[in-house]
Amino acid sequence: MAGIVSYGAYIPYYRLPRSVIGQMWGQPGGKGEKAVAGSDEDAVTMAVAAGLDCLKGLDPKTVDGVFLATTCAPYKERQCANIVANALDVPRSARNADFANCLRAGTTAVLSALDAVKAGSLGQVLVAAADTRLSGAAGGDELTFGDGGAAVLLGKDKVAVEIEASYTFSDDLCDYWRDADDKFVRHWEDRFGREEGYLKIPVEAVKALFQKTGLTPADISKVCLYGQNTRVHATLAKKMGFKPEQVQNPLLDQVGDTGAALPLMILVGALEEAKPGDRILLVSYGNGSDAVLLRVTEEIKNITGRRGIKKHLEIKKTLNSYGRYLRWREMVALAPPARPPAGAASMSAQWREHETAIPLYGVKCRKCGTPQLFLSQSSTRAHICLQCRAKDDFEPYRFADKLGTVRSFSHDYLAGGIDPPTTAAVIDFDGGGRGQFLMVDRDPEECQVGMRVEMTFRKLRHTLGAHTYFWKCKPVRD
Amino acid sequence: MAGSIKDRVAILGMGCTRFGERWDASAADLIVEAAYQAFEDAGIGPDEIQAAWVGTSTGNTGMTISEPLRLQYIPVTRVENACATASDAFRNACYAVAAGIYDIVLVVGVDKFKDAGISGLGDGGTPGPSHSMIPETTPPRSFAMLATTYFAKYGLTFEEGKHMIGRVSWKSHQNGMRNKNAHFQGNVTMEQILNAPMVSWPLGLFDCCGVSDGAAAAIVTTPEIALARKKDPVFVKALQIAMAPRDGNFNQQYDFLHVEATVRAAEKAYQEAGIKNPREEISMAEVHDCFSITEAVTMEDLRFSPRGKVRDDIESGFFDLDGKLPVQTDGGLKCFGHPIGASGLRMIYEVYLQLQGRADELLNPGFPSRQLPNPKLGLTHNLGGAPDGCAIFVGIFGLKGV
Repeated sequence: MAGIVSYGAYIPYYRLPRSVIGQMWGQPGGKGEKAVAGSDEDAVTMAVAAGLDCLKGLDPKTVDGVFLATTCAPYKERQCANIVANALDVPRSARNADFANCLRAGTTAVLSALDAVKAGSLGQVLVAAADTRLSGAAGGDELTFGDGGAAVLLGKDKVAVEIEASYTFSDDLCDYWRDADDKFVRHWEDRFGREEGYLKIPVEAVKALFQKTGLTPADISKVCLYGQNTRVHATLAKKMGFKPEQVQNPLLDQVGDTGAALPLMILVGALEEAKPGDRILLVSYGNGSDAVLLRVTEEIKNITGRRGIKKHLEIKKTLNSYGRYLRWREMVALAPPARPPAGAASMSAQWREHETAIPLYGVKCRKCGTPQLFLSQSSTRAHICLQCRAKDDFEPYRFADKLGTVRSFSHDYLAGGIDPPTTAAVIDFDGGGRGQFLMVDRDPEECQVGMRVEMTFRKLRHTLGAHTYFWKCKPVRD
Repeated sequence: MAGSIKDRVAILGMGCTRFGERWDASAADLIVEAAYQAFEDAGIGPDEIQAAWVGTSTGNTGMTISEPLRLQYIPVTRVENACATASDAFRNACYAVAAGIYDIVLVVGVDKFKDAGISGLGDGGTPGPSHSMIPETTPPRSFAMLATTYFAKYGLTFEEGKHMIGRVSWKSHQNGMRNKNAHFQGNVTMEQILNAPMVSWPLGLFDCCGVSDGAAAAIVTTPEIALARKKDPVFVKALQIAMAPRDGNFNQQYDFLHVEATVRAAEKAYQEAGIKNPREEISMAEVHDCFSITEAVTMEDLRFSPRGKVRDDIESGFFDLDGKLPVQTDGGLKCFGHPIGASGLRMIYEVYLQLQGRADELLNPGFPSRQLPNPKLGLTHNLGGAPDGCAIFVGIFGLKGV
C-alpha cells in the first residue's frame, strides 16, 4: 500500500512570546509563543528546510515530484515548487506543482501525490508545506499566526505510514481570505467561522470517513487536527468524540497557526511518537475539510535522525523585540538605507547557473581530488582547479549537505540590511572545500573561530519583483 | 626575469592635491590642480608631455584627463586595478619610457567619491555584469576576517588585539596631524580609537580609512633628462604587480593571516632592487593601510617584522615617525585619505618628498618637522581587492646610486 516513506519538519529559530505582542499594544497577549520566520525566510525557504530534514539520508535524485503547499507563495506567477525542487537537488524530470490559496493545500497535496504514486505515474513525491501568514498589527490573528513547515515523502516502497482512506468535504464557506493584493489575512466575524465552519465541517468529514471505513474514534491512536487556538481546538476534538489523550499536540502555543503547513506539522509530531500498528487520523480545515486515515508500519522505526517537530521545538531563541518582528515582516516604514541599492537579479544568469548555485554544487577535481566552490560576482562555474589547475576536469560535488567549521568571521554594522549586524563567515567544509557565506540564526556573542555550522537556504535579496535565493550558514545546534 | 626597471627611469616632478571631502572640487578641478603642480615641480609645460596614463576607478577613457587638461591628441591610456590603480598607471608609464618610446610622460591618478551620497565604497564588487546570486560584501567585512583570525591564531585577547591594531591607527594620526594636506588632521587618542563604534567587528571606526576625493600626478622621464634638469631626481628601483587567483575564500590552504600576493610582489621587488634585508635596508614605507589590520599583516608580508611578531614592533614604536622604519609618514590612507585612483601616486609622492628632503613643504604650521633624517630607499605598497584575492603593487624608489 502506498503512503509516507519519510517525514521532516522545520520551525524557525525565533519565537515571539505573545506577552511581548500584548505589551506593545497594551492588551493581554495570552499564553505561549509563536514561531517567527527570520527576515530572510519565506514559504520557499522553509519548505526547503523541511524537505532537507525529510530527505536526510535519502537520495534526492529518486524523487519524481515536489508538491509545494502554501498560501504564501513569494510569486503569483512562477512555480515555487521548482525552486524548492532545485534547492533540494531533485532532478529536472520531476513533475512539480504548487498547491496554493487554501489552508487545506497541505492535505490536498498529500492526497494528490498519493494518487499519482498509487497510479504508478510517479515513484516518489515530496510534499512540502510551509506558511508565513501575516496579520495586520494589533489584530487578534497576530497573536495566533505562526511560521513553519513540514514535509512528507510519499512512495510505495518501505512505507512507514500507510494511507488507508480519506474523505474530502468541500465547502465554500469563506471565513478567512486574502484577495490578490492583500498583504494581511482578512476574516469574517469569528463566531460565524467558528460555529458554522471550524466546529462543523471537519466533524462532517470525519463522520463520513468513519462511516466509509467502519471505524470509530476508539480505533484512533492519535488525531492530528488543524486548529487556530488551543481552546476551540479542544472543543472540536471533543465534539468529534476524542478523549484528550488521543489528541496530538496542535503546537498552537509553541509555534502558532501555521496555516497550510499546520496539519502536516502536527502529523510529523505524531509520527515521531508513533508505534507500528497505530492508526492516525489527520484532519485539515479551510474551505472544506480533508480527513485522512493512516496506519503506522514497522518501517517507522527506520526513520531516524530527523529534527522533525521535537528537536525544532528545542532549537529556539526568544525574540524579545516586537520592533525587530515588525522590521523583519516589512510592516514598518524604515529610514532609507545609507548604502547603494543591491544590483537587480539577472534572470538569465540565474537560469544559466541553476545547476550550481541553487543546489549549491561545487566541483571535485578528477586529477587532484580537491573539492571546491567557485562563487564570483559573475559566475558560479569553475573551469580551472584552484589546486592543480587542471582544466574542466571535474565531477559535481554538493556542498549544501556538508557541515563546516568557521575559519574567520566578522559582524558588519556598515552593510545595514534588515537585521544588522550582518555576520559573514569563511567556512571550511568537512571533506574539503571552503566558502564565504552570510551567517544567520546566530548571536554575535557566540561566534568564534572553530564553531560548527550547517548550510541553510535563504532569501538573499528582493529586487525588481524577483527573489534571489542562496545558501547561508547557521550554527549547528544539536 | 628578463629585465629590471632599476635606475632606467626617474621622476621629474610630482603634484598632489589636498585629499578629503572636497565638496569644493570636481574630478576635473583635482586633475588640473595635481597635474599643474607636477608641471611646475618638473619645470616643464604640458606641451612637453608625449604620452599620458590616467588611473581612476570612476572615470572612463583617457579623456578623463585629456578633457580637463586639454591635452592635444597625445596617447592617453586609462588604467583600473582597484586600489592599485594609480601605481599600475605609473608602472605602465615607466615601462613606456624604459622601452625608449617616449622621453617625458604624465601619470595622473584621480577619484571623486564624495558626490555619491554614501559613506564608504558601496558593495566593493567587481564592476561589470553580475548575476547577483552571491551576497555583496563590504571592504571592512572582508578585512575584519584577517583580524578575527590573527587574534585567534596568536592567542591575543580581544583587548590585546584591539590595542595592537589601534596603535597602528594612532601612529598614523600622529603623522597625519603634521600634514596640512591630509584628510584627517585631528589629534586622536588611543582611548578614542579603542572606544569607537564597531564598523565590522572587530574593526571599529578608527580601524578603517575614510573615502576621499583627490588627485596626484607624476612626470616620468629618462635618467639623462632627469639628471640634466634636476639636482636630486628620484629613481625607480622596482615596480612589481602580483595578481591573486582570488581563491582565498575557496581554498582551505589560505590562512587569513597574510596576503600571499604581497609576499610574492615584495620578493620580486626586493630582487629587482637588490634588497636582501628589507627591515634593515628600507628607510621608510607607505603601505596600503585601508584597515589597521591590513597594515599590521603587511608589515609581516613585506618582511619588516617576523611572522606573528608584528605586535612587538607596533607596540614598541618601530614604525613611528621617530622609529627605525617609519611607515605612513604622511598619515597613510588612514589620515591622508583614500581616493582609490590617486592613492598609489600619493604614496610615491610622500616617498619622493622625503627622499629629496622636502617633506616639510607639507608641514602643518606650528608642528615639529615631519622630515626623516637622510632616507635612502622608500617602499610603496597597494592592495586592490580583499585578503582572499587582490591586486598587489610594490614599488621601491631611491636616490641616484642607492
